[in-house]
Amino acid sequence: MSGVRVLVGTRKGAFILNADAKRQHWEVSGPHFAGWEIYHVKGSPVDANVIYASQTSGWFGQIIQRSNDGGKTWQPPGTSPEELMGPDGMPKGQSNMFLYQGEVGTHKWYDGTQHPWEFKRIWHLEPSLTDPETVYAGAEDAAIFRTQDGGKTWHELDGLRRAKGQLWQPGAGGMAVHTIILDPKNSQRIYVAISAAGTFRTDDGGMTWKPINRGLKSQSELPDPDAEVGHCVHRIAMHPDRPDVLFMQKHWDVLRTDTAGESWREVSGNLPSDFGFPIQVHAHEPETIYVVPIKSDSEHFPPEGKLRVYRSRAGGNEWEALTKGLPQKDCYVNVLRDAMAADSLEPCGIYFGTTGGQVYVSADHGDSWNAITRDLPAVLSVEVQTLP
Amino acid sequence: MIRVALPFHLRTLARVDDEVRLEVARPVTVRAVLEALEARYPVLRGTIRDHVTLRRRPFIRFFACKEDVSLESPETPLPDAIANGAEPFLIIGAMAGG
Repeated sequence: MSGVRVLVGTRKGAFILNADAKRQHWEVSGPHFAGWEIYHVKGSPVDANVIYASQTSGWFGQIIQRSNDGGKTWQPPGTSPEELMGPDGMPKGQSNMFLYQGEVGTHKWYDGTQHPWEFKRIWHLEPSLTDPETVYAGAEDAAIFRTQDGGKTWHELDGLRRAKGQLWQPGAGGMAVHTIILDPKNSQRIYVAISAAGTFRTDDGGMTWKPINRGLKSQSELPDPDAEVGHCVHRIAMHPDRPDVLFMQKHWDVLRTDTAGESWREVSGNLPSDFGFPIQVHAHEPETIYVVPIKSDSEHFPPEGKLRVYRSRAGGNEWEALTKGLPQKDCYVNVLRDAMAADSLEPCGIYFGTTGGQVYVSADHGDSWNAITRDLPAVLSVEVQTLP
Repeated sequence: MIRVALPFHLRTLARVDDEVRLEVARPVTVRAVLEALEARYPVLRGTIRDHVTLRRRPFIRFFACKEDVSLESPETPLPDAIANGAEPFLIIGAMAGG
């Protein structure tokens, strides 16, 4: 019987939530890596048992974890006891070694001066669509890395930082590659989004990148509102059937492109606030999208204390509030950029996690919601695997 | 035999319950201890000191015989009580409050 496995990263560990296709009764396992910040957990689309996790700590730095059994057991790649006697000699313990390639260079600092790139953590892991051993990793300070040996070693695709990286500047939350989208119809095309630099695209597998921010306007954040780079893009999303169509939740504004990012137009429409973090596309309806409006950049909580997911079935502009099952008073949580996901069951399931530790599911594409669990640590990321 | 006490999260990462015991050739220095530790537990590489510069991570301290030796040269010999295993070499994470 089919089911779902929800992978939740939190401030204090990872949790795995399992249910059958009805998505009514849930088993919660965890915390995995208790006490560590888990920025992201994501499974391979090729082999659902292969899952990668980004585990970080202000004390001990970055750890990459890998599971080969659907999250039951984990091991940092390249460090297992078996490898102590393996044909490749001693394990190198390099799965957490993220080195910027070549001359490290500088980016713009908060005060406008130039500042050297410094690796802090991995925000996002994006497994390849075709190979479980290949994964892309989005880093703070902003860079993209790739492993082709299952996470044992990582190498930067440094062409990204040559796309005007000297002009990128961190926001209050840091400067990170937080979104990586692989084009399912063109293996050479990858999109990334960076706070606060914008959106970028490669058409040659990651060698060269270009900013794709035409149409974004940042009147309150940039001296030139139409600057080529510097926009605080919070999240982008794509439906795999239409890889040239992307949706964006920017610091302010919800936008879409129908031209693979060559130009964007605003589709905020009747949203009560067009500030927010996540944006998600329905698994079966490419024009159905979801956002969670937040009051403002100064008040990171839902307007009026009402937690509302907004759905557009027209690819933007016309939005409806989805409230059934969600708290409609005294709710002051946030939903972070990587904390929303959709399964591919019928009807499509939508999931999101909050900074208050709730993980909500809608098994009817947003019409009604239930809390899977209410008291986790602050949720940083939510992914879902649809299991056969 | 050198005794090394790790902070909780590194014990979990290395999957050890208690102090780690390591063979370290004399002179026993911080660098020699860390190299032996990382060779035995590769998962700890990068968690105590930087992979490339080998500099101690900012929120890590090294204690030996009730002395903070974090700022001493990693080539400085550690006390005999550490070298002969009478006292453990302590790797400490900064306190977290709130």
